[in-house]
Amino acid sequence: MSASPTLPQPRGPLSEAVHRRLTGLPTAAALPPVPEDPFGDDAQLALWMLYELHYRGFADVPDTLEWDPDLLALRAALEAPFEEALRTVSAPYVMDALAGSDDLVDQVRAVVDAVEVAPLAAYLQRHATREQVLHFLAERSVYHLKESDPHSFVLPRVDGRAKVALAELQYDEYGAGRPDRLHARLYADALAAAGLRTGYAAYIDQVRAETLAVNNVMSLFGLHRRLRGAALGHLAAFESTSSMPCRRIAAGAQRVGLPAEVAAYFDEHVEADAVHEQVAVRDICGGLVAAEPELREDVLLGVAACLLLDARAAERMLAEWEHDETEQAS
Amino acid sequence: MSVEAYARDGSPVETEPCGDGPVLVRHADVVVTEDGVEHEATRPVVAVCTCERSQRMPWCDSTHKAVRRR
Repeated sequence: MSASPTLPQPRGPLSEAVHRRLTGLPTAAALPPVPEDPFGDDAQLALWMLYELHYRGFADVPDTLEWDPDLLALRAALEAPFEEALRTVSAPYVMDALAGSDDLVDQVRAVVDAVEVAPLAAYLQRHATREQVLHFLAERSVYHLKESDPHSFVLPRVDGRAKVALAELQYDEYGAGRPDRLHARLYADALAAAGLRTGYAAYIDQVRAETLAVNNVMSLFGLHRRLRGAALGHLAAFESTSSMPCRRIAAGAQRVGLPAEVAAYFDEHVEADAVHEQVAVRDICGGLVAAEPELREDVLLGVAACLLLDARAAERMLAEWEHDETEQAS
Repeated sequence: MSVEAYARDGSPVETEPCGDGPVLVRHADVVVTEDGVEHEATRPVVAVCTCERSQRMPWCDSTHKAVRRR
C-alpha cells in the first residue's frame, strides 16, 4: 500500500521538463517558462509532482531530489502565481467576513456560507449513475489515500491549544490507535470493494486539473510555515463542509448498489467531521488566532481558498456528467 | 444544556458548548442521555447533539445547520 507511485504522464512542456529532471534524462539548462494559467493542467501537474517528493516520492526517482535546489526554485516559481491567484479570488470573501464580525467562529461561518457550493453531493445522492460514482471515487482517491497528511506538516509550527487540538483531530483521522481505522485505509478498502485500483495516486493520469489544484493547495499551505494560518483555515473549511455531504454520498453509493465498504467510509465521516468541524474552527483556528492574532486573515484565506477550489472541482465534474448525458440523449 | 458524561477511572470530563451546535466532550468513556441510556464514547473527543434533530443520537450529525438555515 505504501509503495511509491510511478510518475504521471506529462501534460505540457513544463510537466514534461519536470518529468525528465526527475528521471535523470537530459534537459535544457533553462526550464520552460511557468505557464500563464496557474490553474491549468501543465502548471498543476508540475506542482503536484514536485510536492509529492515531500510525501511518498516516486519509484525510480532518487529521494534526494526532495531538496534539489533547482527543483525547489522551480516549485517557488510555480507557487507564487498560484498563491497570488488564490489571494485574489479569496479577498472579497475575507474582507466581507472581517467586516461582518470580530469573532473568528462567525467569520469562518460567514465565508463558508458565502461561497456557493456546486450540488455535487446532492447529485451523487439522487441522480448519479454507478459509473459516475466510481469516477468520483477515483478522482477523490488522490487526496483520500493520503488523507490528513498535508495538515500534519503544520504540527511542529504551532503551539499550545492549537497544537493539542490539531493532534487530537489528526489522531482521530489516523485511526485513533487502530491501523485498520486509518481513514486513508478505509478509503483504500472502499476502492477495493468497488473494484477500483487502490495504489497511491493510481488515477493521477485521469484526474482533472481542478482536482490537482484541490490537492496542491493543501501542500502549498502545509509546506510553508509562513502559511500555517491558511493551512489550518483550510482544515476548518474542509471539516465544516464534510459531514452533511458525506451523508448524501453514502446514500448515493448505496443507491447505485456499491458494496457496503464505500458507504461505510463516508458514513464514518458524518459523525467524525461533525466533531472535527467544531475542533478545527474553535480550538485549532481559535487557538492559533488567540496566540498569533496577525494570522486571522490567513486563516480566512485558507477557508475561502479551500471552498473555492472545491467548488471548481465539483462544477467541473457535474459539467462533464451533464455533457455525457446530453451526448447520450442526442 | 448540560451533558452527563463520565470517565471510568473517575478523572474529570471536559465540556465545551459550541454556540447553536453540539457540546464537545473530552476525556469521557460514557455519555448518558436523558432516558438513562449509556453510550460509549469511542473518539478522543465527541460532539453531543443539542438540537435534538440528529439521526444519530446522542451524537451530532450536523443537522443543526439545516435547522439553522430555515
